[in-house]
Amino acid sequence: MAEEKKPKKLNPKRTAVQEQDPALRRRNFEEVSLGYSAEEAVLEASRCLGCRNKPCVAGCPVSVPIPEFIAAMVSGDFAEAYRIIRSANVLPAVCGRVCPQENQCEGACTLGKKHEPVAIGRLERFCADWRMKNGARAVPEPAAPTGMKVAVVGSGPSGITCAYDLARLGHKVTMLEALHEPGGVLFYGIPEFRLPKKIVTAEIDTLRQMGVQIMTNAVAGKIITLEEIMGRFDACFIGVGAGLPRFMGIPGEDLNGVYSANEFLTRTNLMRGYLFPEYDTPIRTGKRVAVIGGGNVAMDSARTAMRLGADEVTLVYRRSEAELPARAEEVHHGKEEGLRFEMCTLPTKIIGEDGWVKAIECVRMELCEMDQSGRRRPNPMAGSEFEIPVDTVIMAIGTGANPLLTGTATGLVLNRGYIQADPETGKTSIPGVYAGGDIVTGAATVISAMGAGRKAARAIHEYLSSMKR
Amino acid sequence: MHKILEKKLLRPPDVFFYKVSAPQVAAKAKAGQFVIIRLHEKGERIPLSLAGIDPAGGTISLIVMAVGKTTGEMAALKEGDEIRDVCGPLGNPTHTENAGRVILAGGGFGIAPLYPIGKAFREAGSRVVSVMGARSKSLLIYEKEMRDISDKVLITTDDGSAGMKGIITDALKGELESCGADTVMAVGPAPMMKAVCEATRPFGVKTIVSLNAIMIDGTGMCGGCRVRIGDKTKFACIDGPDFDGHLVDWDGLINRQKMYKAEEKESFEAWKKRHNLS
Repeated sequence: MAEEKKPKKLNPKRTAVQEQDPALRRRNFEEVSLGYSAEEAVLEASRCLGCRNKPCVAGCPVSVPIPEFIAAMVSGDFAEAYRIIRSANVLPAVCGRVCPQENQCEGACTLGKKHEPVAIGRLERFCADWRMKNGARAVPEPAAPTGMKVAVVGSGPSGITCAYDLARLGHKVTMLEALHEPGGVLFYGIPEFRLPKKIVTAEIDTLRQMGVQIMTNAVAGKIITLEEIMGRFDACFIGVGAGLPRFMGIPGEDLNGVYSANEFLTRTNLMRGYLFPEYDTPIRTGKRVAVIGGGNVAMDSARTAMRLGADEVTLVYRRSEAELPARAEEVHHGKEEGLRFEMCTLPTKIIGEDGWVKAIECVRMELCEMDQSGRRRPNPMAGSEFEIPVDTVIMAIGTGANPLLTGTATGLVLNRGYIQADPETGKTSIPGVYAGGDIVTGAATVISAMGAGRKAARAIHEYLSSMKR
Repeated sequence: MHKILEKKLLRPPDVFFYKVSAPQVAAKAKAGQFVIIRLHEKGERIPLSLAGIDPAGGTISLIVMAVGKTTGEMAALKEGDEIRDVCGPLGNPTHTENAGRVILAGGGFGIAPLYPIGKAFREAGSRVVSVMGARSKSLLIYEKEMRDISDKVLITTDDGSAGMKGIITDALKGELESCGADTVMAVGPAPMMKAVCEATRPFGVKTIVSLNAIMIDGTGMCGGCRVRIGDKTKFACIDGPDFDGHLVDWDGLINRQKMYKAEEKESFEAWKKRHNLS
């Protein structure tokens, strides 16, 4: 007879995770969170109630079988836990680190109603890291070659997922990447301290080992048009992201010292500007930096500026802290690292001297009635103008659709620059052409782009199978 | 990896010509477009105008003046060496249709990218007049090439050692007064292009310029190359590089080109020191 287990007393708090000391990490690019130890991971996993209705799974854009993988962890079988996650999620090491879990799996966790929810993201990360440290990485055996060729345009989260699924099904996948390094936003956008690049590189290597051919420096729309792609391939997935930076349209945005977040992060991450002059690409922060915006990109920019040596970094956001769209953990970490928060504040002008930024002029906002987004609408308060002296301004107020590929694709139906695609299949107006991720939805999350890549892969597989018949 | 098939010193001591293997780029590139290159793993991405396109041979030509670390490293490369990344073609081709009588104004090594542009104008049926300026005869490049694609060539040198003594805008104004033009196209350093635009403005002649802004990706992603054109902000990489020169905010562009002057100097000095160069 199996030994009867005594019901354990449930810890209302999640198991703490080791992190780099804020005083140190604010000046280095090493990862902030050190991740769970095996003991901590099992301890946290044992908090899962294993509920029948699995609200966490419903909260996950790619439906990872969460209670199942956590159960495997409780019994100490990390390899099995990893296998379960990987069956639904191609990039667990990435998602465990960058998903907004509080709005997804953890936000839906039953335990969260009364206590702190199970730290699902940290558990996912643990399994992925454990797998990377222990033994060879799992490279799935692709199915027998189908003889079908698919082009995947863009090597970010949606493209990686789509390519992975298609390669596994035996299709010959060629991936086109505009930059010299594959990975898309995972490489140029998300900083090293939040997502070490070696993780991204490892995932890309897995694709290569599965036979996916990756062409870098290949700007679709320039080196090859969509029409030419469809002449050479049986199907195409477009996951080029929404990469065009927006500016506010206020005076002074062309002064030296004003960056788009895209430029600031690309110089730092892709070009390794933080290692200048060992690496050739320079980046400037000066002593005082203002970051405009409140999303993850704004937080990444602000915390990067801190690590590049700025004395004072101020996040300027037009709504209140409660409305900050950034991941809660990033806001928390940013505060620990000494970021200043100027909430309910809107820049109206960038003031320059001899061609360089000197200050930003701002106005205070009051939050009024709810708007369409369900958030309170900010309105400027008359007479509240004030200046913040700064050397650098980083605009992190969102991005738009890049026209390079879509502008040359005749017959591809667009909606304000974004590709019109079926949300369930990614099907576009051109037969055999599928799209997903930010180029369809506008700027969103890594995991939702991955979900779109997966759905499109399924639809492309069906399309190719029907062609064969 | 892209092999350097040919390299020569075009103008002593520091202007070099390179013929680089890049079949896919050459197959697609049109006059007026550019590439972004990165020499090695730690290198920066720099935009370079195309000074020649050979689709049949699968090559592109680049002209580089060694003025900083990256261009200095490039000057040290030899035939047979490889360039790690060549990305392109980027930017929009120059509009060469229905241009009528065209004056090409080239300053410094900006003359080189005018060669494929002039060739394209000629092939589209334009009459091409090339106005080339340099400080003295020995600094003039691409004279033979420009003669090949021009109906008329005017040369100015500051010291009068070749052509007429004076600066390029003198010859340009004279040509506009005597023969007129439908289009002027200027390529060169920003102050030179600005001067050309000021010279053509009173004549009311359409003046196209090719802007050389600081860029990283060249695909519209970073916005570093933004420039005011009239009352709009444009990205030189995807909206340009060609713009109506009379609408360009030249002072803004020239200011932005100086953004990394201190860092560029630091990087160049450190590199020279490492290699015992003065």
